[in-house]
Amino acid sequence: MTTATTIQPDYNMKVVRQFTLTTIFWGIIGMSVGVLIAAQLIWPALNFDTPWLTYSRLRPLHTNAVIFAFGVSALMATSLYVVQRTCQTKLYGGPLASFVFWGWQLVIISAVISLPLGYTTSKEYAELEWPIDILLTIVWVLYAILFFGTLAIRKTSHIYVANWFFGAFILTVAVLHIVNSLAIPVSLGSMKSYSIYAGAVDAMVQWWYGHNAVGFLLTAGFLGMMYYFVPKQANRPVYSYRLSIIHFWSLIAVYIWAGPHHLHYTALPDWAQSLGMVMSLILFAPSWGGMINGIMTLSGAWHKLRTDPILRFLVVSLSFYGMSTFEGPMMAIKTVNALSHYTDWTIGHVHSGALGWVAMITIGSIYHLVPRLFNQRGMYSVALINLHFWMATIGTVLYIVAMWTSGVMQGLMWRAVNADGTLTYTFVESLEKSYPFYTIRLLGGIVFLSGMFIMAYNTYKTVTAEDGSINPQELGE
Amino acid sequence: MSLFWTLWISVITLIVVIGCGVLLRITSKNYTGVPEGEPMPHSFDGIQELNNPLPKWWVALFWFTIVIAMIYSIAFPTYTANYNGLLDWTSAEKGVMNPAESAELAKTSQSQYQREMNAAEEKYGAVFKQLAYDESGAYKDLSLIAKDTEAVKVGQRLFLQNCAQCHGSDARGSTGFPNLADNDWLYGGEAETIKTSIMHGRQGVMPAWKDVLGGDQGVREVASYVLKLSGRRVNEIEAQAGKEKFAICAACHGADGKGMHALGAPNLTDKRWLYGGSRKAVEDTIANGRNGVMPAWSKVLGEDKVHLISAFVYSLSMTK
Repeated sequence: MTTATTIQPDYNMKVVRQFTLTTIFWGIIGMSVGVLIAAQLIWPALNFDTPWLTYSRLRPLHTNAVIFAFGVSALMATSLYVVQRTCQTKLYGGPLASFVFWGWQLVIISAVISLPLGYTTSKEYAELEWPIDILLTIVWVLYAILFFGTLAIRKTSHIYVANWFFGAFILTVAVLHIVNSLAIPVSLGSMKSYSIYAGAVDAMVQWWYGHNAVGFLLTAGFLGMMYYFVPKQANRPVYSYRLSIIHFWSLIAVYIWAGPHHLHYTALPDWAQSLGMVMSLILFAPSWGGMINGIMTLSGAWHKLRTDPILRFLVVSLSFYGMSTFEGPMMAIKTVNALSHYTDWTIGHVHSGALGWVAMITIGSIYHLVPRLFNQRGMYSVALINLHFWMATIGTVLYIVAMWTSGVMQGLMWRAVNADGTLTYTFVESLEKSYPFYTIRLLGGIVFLSGMFIMAYNTYKTVTAEDGSINPQELGE
Repeated sequence: MSLFWTLWISVITLIVVIGCGVLLRITSKNYTGVPEGEPMPHSFDGIQELNNPLPKWWVALFWFTIVIAMIYSIAFPTYTANYNGLLDWTSAEKGVMNPAESAELAKTSQSQYQREMNAAEEKYGAVFKQLAYDESGAYKDLSLIAKDTEAVKVGQRLFLQNCAQCHGSDARGSTGFPNLADNDWLYGGEAETIKTSIMHGRQGVMPAWKDVLGGDQGVREVASYVLKLSGRRVNEIEAQAGKEKFAICAACHGADGKGMHALGAPNLTDKRWLYGGSRKAVEDTIANGRNGVMPAWSKVLGEDKVHLISAFVYSLSMTK
């Protein structure tokens, strides 16, 4: 296996370094906003009576920051690293890589400014207004050219499975973003626009987008990451080539249908709801294919989990992935959804995926990357990685258990009836009962965020150390 | 839904599902030319891929979900809006435009919503009947029910669920929504009048008088007089001018300003203000008018429940 010192000099690692460091930076920003709004749910006064610090404006900032700033930075860093190494060629397009990096930072900064100011399309995960949407589209197309251009000039005969997933993610996100964001501005000088869709069609397009942002960005993209960093860190071959074929094609073919399960028992026609539900059920096995292929890749290398906290991050992330992709199809079933919808259960489900899967696989991959990008043989401190691992795991578990409990409780309270058929509880009573769980959730968030600061410190010490001066105690090499 | 869209949805859905099945069949067998468990003849940045077979339990799981999904999609409406599946299932009567239509359809509809409503009616309807009717099968007198703690409790629950959104959970209302617990009534506080208000709703319309009164000055004068009626200190000259103009208002509010129940015109001489008692609010009311709507609940709740809610609301004033 290659080590840091053998990075071939003709790879473009500058853009990978940039995106890797901004991943950590935006991760801390996005999660800090998350912790703040979790605290606001307990102590509303924490908005300090300031419009741009209100929950309604910071919540979209939190989701945009963790998905598009943290998540996409991580995907850009790893996809541009993996595509070069597995195609054995330098990135296509010369200065294009720099355009993508700075363009993406511009998109993020526009979001960080415009969302607290109250500019929003009100479409969940697609809140950015039309000028930023256009900028985002341009940068995304450049990113696609960069990635697919590099694939086109590859020096290997086949395309590695990680790149299939990255490719599917890049293509589909482009289509989703463009179609869902189609809108007519009030005027060219105005930030305000109106969606070209209306009513149930608007809702359907929005959740076709929303669910596939989960499916292609947060699932397919990160599976691409998994398919490179898990075998690399474990130093084991991928478990099953055939499994990767069937689960890739079935995942991308079926995922795109699952959106209507966000609209059960709404004005969406019954047939569309049923279709969304059955496709969500079929999605179960394709989703688990990725988990099996990742975890079974460790066959013969299980002992490494005892000594390598980076590998632990990767494997635990796969476990959370398996849990949430079991939970997802279950929640898509109408009878389950009737209980879970609109409750904190959904928030718990999302964070089981977001913290447990997306963040943890990213963190593991970054710990693998940083030494290799900054000419070291290992991270500054393995003990700190280990500490981070436990904080991330405990933080995630606190968060999701609190939200599951609170969500099921809310669902049951909302449907409880008296002997005369009237509702037993008012909404406010269910809210009151949720407070203890909001506190546990906040605690989980704080623990997880603290781990990110430890990562930032560890990375800072690694990056600033003299080249090659860090001696790895254990790096899974 | 046109035939084109029905075919579009069905064909693409089935291509995806059958495609998954076909690919699952293919990958379940070893066509790679590499013995099972051996690495494939390519590697990427040092990563090899083994040609391991698909886990059998996973393949079984995949087929299981496909079969379940196909059965469900035949039983329930899935490919088109034109066919409700073998179970002839709908979630609700779509396209209902008003409570009357809804009540008409309720007699025949087999939608999930209607079936659940019917089941609830069967289960809980008797509870309300028992509390609302006397032995002869007529509605019990409301003042009688208002003394029955059990019935009042049920009425209160119904109130909390259906009325509290506007009138507040303590029934004390808020700006624009009458306080029901102060023994002051727009349409009269007799038990049967309360029930009529709930059954059939009310339209409380105060016209806009700004133009008739000759603009801001006229509005100001009338407001001064109205405020004086409830004992506020005002500019006497304005109030005098306002009193002359008040003849228009007297048609509804009465010459003495004490209001009129038949029209729902509020008493202006007390210190209770539906839309606020500040000078600004009163001037706004006179200049631009108000439009208060109490919806009709007879078709939404049925008379039994309305009867119990009426008793609860009536009981709030009895204790005063």
